[in-house]
Amino acid sequence: MSKAILYDSTLCIGCKACEGACAERWGLPYNDKIAAEETISAHKLTAVEVYGERFSRRLCMNCLHPACVSVCPVGALEKTALGPVTYDADKCMGCRYCMQACPFQVPSYEWSRRLPKMRKCDMCYERQSQGKQTACGEACPVGATLCGEREELLAEAHKRIAEKPGAYYGKVYGVQEAGGTSVLYLSAVPFEQIGLRTNVPNENLPDTTWRVLELVPDVVTTGSVLLGGIWWITNRRTEVARKEGRRQ
Amino acid sequence: MTRRLMKLTVWRVIFAIIMLTGAYATYLRIRYGLGGSTNLSDKFPWGIWIAFDVMCGVGLAAGAFTLVAITHIFNIEKYKPVLRPAILTAFLGYTLVTVGLLFDLGRPDRLWHPLVMWNPHSVMFEVAWCVTLYSTVLFLEFLPMVFEKFGWHRPLTWIHRISVPLMILGVLLSTLHQSSLGTMFLIVPSKLYPLWYTPILPLLFYVSAIAVGLAMTIFESWHSSRAFGRALELPLLASMARVLAVILSVYLWIRFLDLSHRHVFGLLSQNRIETWLFLLEIALMVVPMVLLFKAKVRANPGALYACAVMVVFGFIANRLNVGTTGLEAGSGTHYVPKWSEVAITLSIVAMGFLIFRLVAEYFPVFEAHSPQPASLKQEETEEDVIAVG
Repeated sequence: MSKAILYDSTLCIGCKACEGACAERWGLPYNDKIAAEETISAHKLTAVEVYGERFSRRLCMNCLHPACVSVCPVGALEKTALGPVTYDADKCMGCRYCMQACPFQVPSYEWSRRLPKMRKCDMCYERQSQGKQTACGEACPVGATLCGEREELLAEAHKRIAEKPGAYYGKVYGVQEAGGTSVLYLSAVPFEQIGLRTNVPNENLPDTTWRVLELVPDVVTTGSVLLGGIWWITNRRTEVARKEGRRQ
Repeated sequence: MTRRLMKLTVWRVIFAIIMLTGAYATYLRIRYGLGGSTNLSDKFPWGIWIAFDVMCGVGLAAGAFTLVAITHIFNIEKYKPVLRPAILTAFLGYTLVTVGLLFDLGRPDRLWHPLVMWNPHSVMFEVAWCVTLYSTVLFLEFLPMVFEKFGWHRPLTWIHRISVPLMILGVLLSTLHQSSLGTMFLIVPSKLYPLWYTPILPLLFYVSAIAVGLAMTIFESWHSSRAFGRALELPLLASMARVLAVILSVYLWIRFLDLSHRHVFGLLSQNRIETWLFLLEIALMVVPMVLLFKAKVRANPGALYACAVMVVFGFIANRLNVGTTGLEAGSGTHYVPKWSEVAITLSIVAMGFLIFRLVAEYFPVFEAHSPQPASLKQEETEEDVIAVG
């Protein structure tokens, strides 16, 4: 069992209360100018986007099998048992592989700082570990952002679709995407119409590199025996040739 | 001596300009961070400092492991005259890759973190370890040139004693990280354009690294023969070019099979920038391959050099495509490096040329400089004789 967020875009009224709560939680500045920005960035870890009459919220998906966690060379990112993907800025060396690897293009970088950090939503790890809701979930006045156990939220999402099939596009985003995510979306229209990436593979991304990485011990052992053996044969051959040559 | 150094030549002026702009760009990088010195963004976090300075740098330094394997493990001794320059190139190459990384990392002061904070699931963790260890191996393989220069015989014999395991280790580490640079991009299936994204990226990176290692050896032999007025080891380079032609054809054949199995040839009919860059990259490999199969071309120093240059550029095109241009469409953005990114990259390359020249001038890099056998094998033999006798 792990924590998740269900965002129902059909309920969202675009009030941006989640943005303000998020900024407060991170101690980031929030004003009208920042509120007008429709993209997530190092100073805005969640953003409400407008698609005509519809709204959509962007935040870290906190994947079940996060690519960012698998690629981080220093283990600065961690998928906690609780659900959130956390980040330890003291380990980070700024290679930005997490940003490259993320299929949702979530992690942001403090580009203009001299000692920069990566930034992303961590589903309010420390609040949730104290049994509290995420700041955004608590702030939402209409229940468009719900916090809870992933399985329960998933059941709730399917229930809503079943109860009002006309109001929803019949799928839940985040069930399979990148092997499943801790943030789930409901929408009235196909997901690409509210800006969600639909070309994200359904496979568990860390497997793509692990399939190769797990061969490393085999390559090392087979390689040393092979190279050592070849050296032994070729070297022996020249040695024999030389000794025979000397005797003549 | 001083007068010779002070002489103004076109190349020296160019060098000075490159270094000055590089110095100013370095100031910008330190003063204003990555934001003020690069065109990188949240959607496009890696630019030419990764795709060129690191990915090409490591690949272009592949000559050392290829030649170490050929001369010392397969014991094909005739290639020995070009081994040392290849080791020097590689040692310099890896040092400059590290310099490039110091520019690119957000926190260069934490370059050492992967050695202490492990994540065995990370390809970059593996690359970091391999590159660190292999740089050490290259340093040890380079040391005999220093010891010979100063006539230190005792350390020379020590290092020769461990030379075989050291060389095997070097070849293994190279195999791992040359291919792993390709594995790094397996994590971005939805971003990298399908002409480049393939599960066999590691294999392609490995084979192309071997090819470019040989091409770089021909390239630097040609340049050093001109710079130092040495005779070109033409028969040697010609036979190496034959091996290069075979490796290129293997590489191109694997790529053909890969593209056809993934059914992506249809993409070539689209008039997109990716199509043209892909065709450029392939042409820069196909043309030298075809030419190098002709004995006449291999026997002609100018043509041989031109082919080596084409392979080097084909390789660079491939790495830039995988590392930058092939990712643009999938990342939904455009990336053109800022002038300061280019300036720093050029400075690093220029430093490489300068240091190579200085080291080659003062240390016994080329056989002709020293009567001492460049081969570790012969050295060992002499010890054997002493031991037996």
